[in-house]
Amino acid sequence: MDLELSKPLQKVVDGLTEDFSDKIIDVYQSSGDTFVRVEPDAIVNVCKSLKEKHHFIYLADILGADRFTAQERFEVIYNMVSLRDRERLFVKVWLEEESPRVDSVTAVWNSANWFERQAYDMFGITFNNHPDMRRIYMPEDFNYYPLRKEFPLLGIPGSIPLPTSTPDTE
Amino acid sequence: MDIKELKKVNDPKFFRKHQESLYRALEDKHTTVEVIDDEDPLNTRMILNMGPQHPATHGVLRLVLQLNGEFIEKAKLDIGYLHRGIEKVAENKTYQEFMPYTDRTDYLAPYSNNVAFCGAVEKIANVEVPERAHYIRMIGAELARISSHLLWLGTMVQDSGAVSFFLWTFREREKLYDIFDQIGGHRFTISHARIGGVANDLTSGAMALIKEFINTFPKELKDFHSLLDRNRIFYDRNEGVGVLKTEDALDYGATGPTLRGSGYAYDIRAISPYERYDEVEFEIPTRLEGDNLARYYVRMEEMHESIRIIRQCLDKLPKGPVRADNGKQAYPSKDEVYYSMEGMIHDFMMTDTGICPPDGSESFHSIEGPKGELGFFIQSDGTGHPWRMGIKSPSFANLQVLEKLLDGEMVADTVVMIGGVDPVMGDSDK
Repeated sequence: MDLELSKPLQKVVDGLTEDFSDKIIDVYQSSGDTFVRVEPDAIVNVCKSLKEKHHFIYLADILGADRFTAQERFEVIYNMVSLRDRERLFVKVWLEEESPRVDSVTAVWNSANWFERQAYDMFGITFNNHPDMRRIYMPEDFNYYPLRKEFPLLGIPGSIPLPTSTPDTE
Repeated sequence: MDIKELKKVNDPKFFRKHQESLYRALEDKHTTVEVIDDEDPLNTRMILNMGPQHPATHGVLRLVLQLNGEFIEKAKLDIGYLHRGIEKVAENKTYQEFMPYTDRTDYLAPYSNNVAFCGAVEKIANVEVPERAHYIRMIGAELARISSHLLWLGTMVQDSGAVSFFLWTFREREKLYDIFDQIGGHRFTISHARIGGVANDLTSGAMALIKEFINTFPKELKDFHSLLDRNRIFYDRNEGVGVLKTEDALDYGATGPTLRGSGYAYDIRAISPYERYDEVEFEIPTRLEGDNLARYYVRMEEMHESIRIIRQCLDKLPKGPVRADNGKQAYPSKDEVYYSMEGMIHDFMMTDTGICPPDGSESFHSIEGPKGELGFFIQSDGTGHPWRMGIKSPSFANLQVLEKLLDGEMVADTVVMIGGVDPVMGDSDK
């Protein structure tokens, strides 16, 4: 596999493969960004090592994603920045469709708190050991996870029917 | 009519139980006994609910504060009152169709959002943007930054007590609206940037207005400075309020002026330059204090720097096309559409299918918006719609910091601190 990594990122990837040789699944690049996919059970240790050894002290965002038909359906993407090397790295995990769970990284970065709540609200991914696992945008009594692919764009399932779009027909 | 009859008339006829319990509650109203808490005999503890409808919350932000006297013991924020699900909407639109939605995220600086979104799509789909378009985008984004900071300045000074100031900053914003009207035909949500360039070149009218603005605005800014910098009320109201240490700011994910006010010069324009920010000179205003006053100075100095950047852009503005000349990647010009068959087909295809990034590619592109790092994460499945579009919104990150900032502060400072962090709910609620 040919990767065009910058020097600091190469060092990070080398360090990670050395420390977590059996936990790193894939390292790849897409449109100039570098992605590292790891085993879900190692995410906290990988993040801790990235923060402490490789200076990724700023967590910019955590995103959930739905891969829908794929085997491991849900994806969590951690977007972090190394302030010393001015590099951005994406770490991701894939989770099972049935009750997706992953350990929370709030112990590593406090900023993960709201980002993880957002992923929970939109995709139903539960984060273990999260201090405040509530929905963030939708009300608590909302039963669906709106960014999952099966959730329709119009009309919440089970709610009152939408008006017909063609008024002339019965 | 005897009494029995009258009673019958007044008997509740619908929801009997509900009515009866309501009457009972009314009867009991002034005979309720207040329970005195042994630990808190003076009753100083209370839970105060601010918002979502509150004039100083800049939208629909709700705060639940636990007070002890006038101090906030702890605070929780409740957001989502403006959640419109635009990430879901994006998955069902072509890239160009989604452009007007970006205007409505951070609605105080629509041009910056357009630039961020276009940059993300251009990065993932490998579109070359002509040189002139880069400079026009920079001018637009910097004008948007000034416009956003001016609104922040007006509301924040209003929050700390001076009402008329709001009108003066709005007089300047009015000029900016006129400029945007001349640039793109809209005063507010302008959607001027296009994938592969911008919609149209700057007209001579727009150019004249921009030149006039950058010549007159520094004087106005100086007046603002002289009114506020040594203003005893403004100074005392902001100094030492909401102090955020550098390490906390990084740990809690603060971004934009909130982070720079806390002493870390993190600015996407400098650390990973997009457009042509590597070809202009500018400083990154940074303060070490981390209080509200520091954030005020940072934003004021940023406006100076924005003027400086616009001036350099106008000097350097190269001649040439403003949109990529490739019908597969960008909209063809209207001349081509009306007078050539190919142009018309391309126009139709762009509208119908739009640009298709390669299957399985993903990318993240961020810019330094007025509120902080604004980024778009796109995953593509090879069609004209994004498979997943994630928005990294600066206000969301900064509101999380606000939750931490409020602990231990005075309740009277809440409003000033919201002003200092400068959230926009359209941005944070998506």
